[in-house]
Amino acid sequence: MIGFNVLVLVCLAYAALLFVVAFAAEKRAERGTVGWLRSPLIYTLSLSIYCTAWTFYGAVGYAVRSGLEFVTIYLGPTLVMVGWWWLVRKLVRIGRAQRITSIADLISSRYGKSTLLGVIVTLLAVIGTTPYIALQLQSVSLSFSVFSAEGGAMPDFEALDNTALVVAAGLALFTILFGTRSLDVNERHHGVVTAIALEAVVKLIALIAVGVFVVWGVAGGPAEMMAQIDASKIAEWQLDGGRWATLIFLSAAAFVCLPRMFHVMVVENADERHVAVASWAFPLYLFAMSLFVIPIAVIGLSVLPGENPDLYVLTVPLALDQDSLAMLSFLGGFSSATSMVIVAAIAVSTMVSNHIVMPIWLSARQGGASMSGDVREVVLLSRRISIGAVLALGYLYFRLSGGGAALAAIGLIAFAGVAQVLPALLGGLFWRGATRRGAAIGLTLGFAVWAYTMFLPSFGDSFVLSAAVLADGPWGIGWLRPHALFGIDGLDPVVHAVFWSMVINSSGFFLGSLFSFPAPLERLQGAQFVNIDDHVRNAPGWTHSPAEAEDLLIMAQRILGPAEAQAVFEAEARAQGKAGYLPNPSPDFVERLERQLAGSVGAATAQAMVAQITGGASVSVEDLLAVADETAQIMEYSSQLETQSQELSRTAAQLREANEKLTQLSIQKDAFLSQISHELRTPMTSIRAFSEILMAGPMSEADQTRFSTIIHDEAIRLTRLLDDLLDLSVLENGEVSLNWQDANLHSVLDRAVAATSSMDGERPLAIRRDARAEDVALVTDPDRLAQVFINLIANARKYCDAEAPELRIEVTSGEAGVTVDFVDNGAGIPKASQSMIFEKFARLTDQGRAGGAGLGLAICREIVAKLGGDIGYLPDQGGAAFRVTLPAAQAKAAE
Amino acid sequence: MGKRVLLIEDEPNIIQAIGFILSRDGWTVDTHADGKTALAEIARRGPDLVILDVMLPNRSGFDILQDLRADPATEALPVLMLTARGQKRDRELAERYGASRFMTKPFSNAEVLDSVRELAGS
Repeated sequence: MIGFNVLVLVCLAYAALLFVVAFAAEKRAERGTVGWLRSPLIYTLSLSIYCTAWTFYGAVGYAVRSGLEFVTIYLGPTLVMVGWWWLVRKLVRIGRAQRITSIADLISSRYGKSTLLGVIVTLLAVIGTTPYIALQLQSVSLSFSVFSAEGGAMPDFEALDNTALVVAAGLALFTILFGTRSLDVNERHHGVVTAIALEAVVKLIALIAVGVFVVWGVAGGPAEMMAQIDASKIAEWQLDGGRWATLIFLSAAAFVCLPRMFHVMVVENADERHVAVASWAFPLYLFAMSLFVIPIAVIGLSVLPGENPDLYVLTVPLALDQDSLAMLSFLGGFSSATSMVIVAAIAVSTMVSNHIVMPIWLSARQGGASMSGDVREVVLLSRRISIGAVLALGYLYFRLSGGGAALAAIGLIAFAGVAQVLPALLGGLFWRGATRRGAAIGLTLGFAVWAYTMFLPSFGDSFVLSAAVLADGPWGIGWLRPHALFGIDGLDPVVHAVFWSMVINSSGFFLGSLFSFPAPLERLQGAQFVNIDDHVRNAPGWTHSPAEAEDLLIMAQRILGPAEAQAVFEAEARAQGKAGYLPNPSPDFVERLERQLAGSVGAATAQAMVAQITGGASVSVEDLLAVADETAQIMEYSSQLETQSQELSRTAAQLREANEKLTQLSIQKDAFLSQISHELRTPMTSIRAFSEILMAGPMSEADQTRFSTIIHDEAIRLTRLLDDLLDLSVLENGEVSLNWQDANLHSVLDRAVAATSSMDGERPLAIRRDARAEDVALVTDPDRLAQVFINLIANARKYCDAEAPELRIEVTSGEAGVTVDFVDNGAGIPKASQSMIFEKFARLTDQGRAGGAGLGLAICREIVAKLGGDIGYLPDQGGAAFRVTLPAAQAKAAE
Repeated sequence: MGKRVLLIEDEPNIIQAIGFILSRDGWTVDTHADGKTALAEIARRGPDLVILDVMLPNRSGFDILQDLRADPATEALPVLMLTARGQKRDRELAERYGASRFMTKPFSNAEVLDSVRELAGS
């Protein structure tokens, strides 16, 4: 029979062992010979803090009440480690690269180092962890009471309380000693991790020993055990699919989100390759832990029917007088409870200290932060107080809740509480669009729904929520009932709460992210989190690189300004006895620098920045700043460039257009000048040559007359050319003033024919006309119209190459207007030339026969256009044929 | 003397003027007014010198000049180019294509006479 005193002695001895192991590990790590302390085995064993006293003792009770359902608690983590181990690896990589200290830090850091999110997650963690710690205290004190009862004395509540208090105090002492020995930038606690690895071994051995005892010692072998199991009522249990799925999801989510799990899995991780080993080793551990749960439950039911099944692991060996086995079992439970409490206290106190205490302290001392005081001491003190406070809270909760049945359900409630972090966590890891606002909305909504549907109702109808609210909803609103939100009734309360909290949480997170815009720092962090696998292969351990001091100086200059930063560095270097600006980056100095920076950019940012440089992170702060600077600059610059290039291309297009116009004009002008030059110089040549001949001396009378005549003719030709040029110029510039009046086409044609027949020395031309058809009234400028007709008749006279030249003038008048055709009986104009005869200087035959400058038809075209008509060449009429179209008199008069 | 000049020009009055000036100086002057058949005329007549107008009906004087210079039989034939356009570009073209001399209308009679004498003499 084991007395209470013996039990206490064993406990103290075990605790002393833990202290020694932790101390030895710390010493070893300090000497730099980490060796097996950093092995995958230790990492895997440290993950076993997932198995708390709740699972050590409670799994058997769970099996008695709900059959195989307890397996879900093990299945969730197994699925994560086997199927999603790359998610864990990603977390580890981010944790390494960003020097993450806790899950609150991760969320805060991902969403732009948001203080708000850090506080929310920290509160969530405190609320979720406190009852859990209470549960551990309860299990330890209950196990004490079992031994006391065996010893004869009835366990009174006072003694139970005192036991819990002593345990809590002892744990606080251990945690403070080994959890806050130093303020390491990498937040690793070799002593603690080694101690909990030892505890993991103890609890596994204890549970397996009890299992082996019941199977072979009590039942008489595996076959008999199977028979007993089949016979017991546990075999009758029915599977509830929805509840199973929910519980597996919940335990998987909790495995990643629980502060203590995150701490051992990510923060204490020494090498990401350990994750690969743990991915198969940890599920094996869980399998071993769950293997004998059902046998113990079945034997317990047959040996101790009616007793508390949560303590069968302890009470069955005791009842069968196996004292040493019972002692081992007790130590296993004690280990489960203490390891969980220690790590949870470290994790939560880190969060409380970093996200609540330090920001408040720093802002309170904003003015004098750089003057005096040791931040290092303050941080350590705040950690220690936080640890004490967390354990005190746990103890208080244990006292207040009375250690009753309410605690038994707290495990799942805590799981569901911390699972609210999951959407923000996963979204932050995989979705760059996730924003701070979305995360805050999701977390807050999820937290509220969880509290309303799960946490508050767990206190029963006496605390916060009254019985009336639980039954009929607040103010009698049925669809707000905590266990039947939106009128969905009949669901299991756990399934109901998890479903609604996750749906509302995720929706809030998703919509909030969609409808908000991330800040620059947030985007930078988001990119680094989501793309961590591109940046990091296997992050190196913590190393001092020679470039550190320089990096620190560069960063400090960016934040404090060059002069001040250099002054700080120079002073430090002088104090260390070194010349120049670069002191050794001793912890003291880094610490002071961080404080200095905190005054400028805030604590969280300063810490992250310094930690990244001193921690040998793969992405340096300089890179970050450079990326941020560059991104902003490039964006601005490129938008400027874009505007400029648009302007330039517009201008270029305009210039090109103008240039084309000018080139065309220039070509036209050159061609025109060249033509003018030719037309002027040709008659001039004759005039000059013959004048010189005449001047040169005596010649026959006939020659003299002939030469003078040529000079005279060429002078007239020159005059005509100049007249035509001026006429055309006036017409083209639109400066001509037309003399509009009523006229008869017949009389205009008469004038034209008379004018051409009076020309000197022309060949005879027969002109055929129809006087009746020509009798058409017009509103026009008769002089100008006659000029056109004269031109056309003169052309026929000049160019018609028929034996007996003949010109028909045909007039047709209709609705649209009057057409006047001039058709001769010559060879006509070749098709190729028809399109260009109206252009200036377009002359088809040689100079001599033409006698004109080639401006006639160009002038005609201008005049007819001014008169509102049209002139064109009519092909295939047997000879040269021109058609002049004039508007009808009515139409013109109506204008 | 009795040297022969072929005048290729389409303006009747200029033909008369140059014809008069040169024949008075003792030259035998043949004339031709069409660009297209000018080469054949040169080959047929075999003149000592050609006076070639740039703007001829049907074919440009520059084209005719290029063909003359490309043919070994006429590559050294003195050619006096005449143009009424008088632009720099025309002068450059004439030089490039190998005109012996280039004159812009209107010219002085003495100038023509000197050029013809010089070209035929060389």
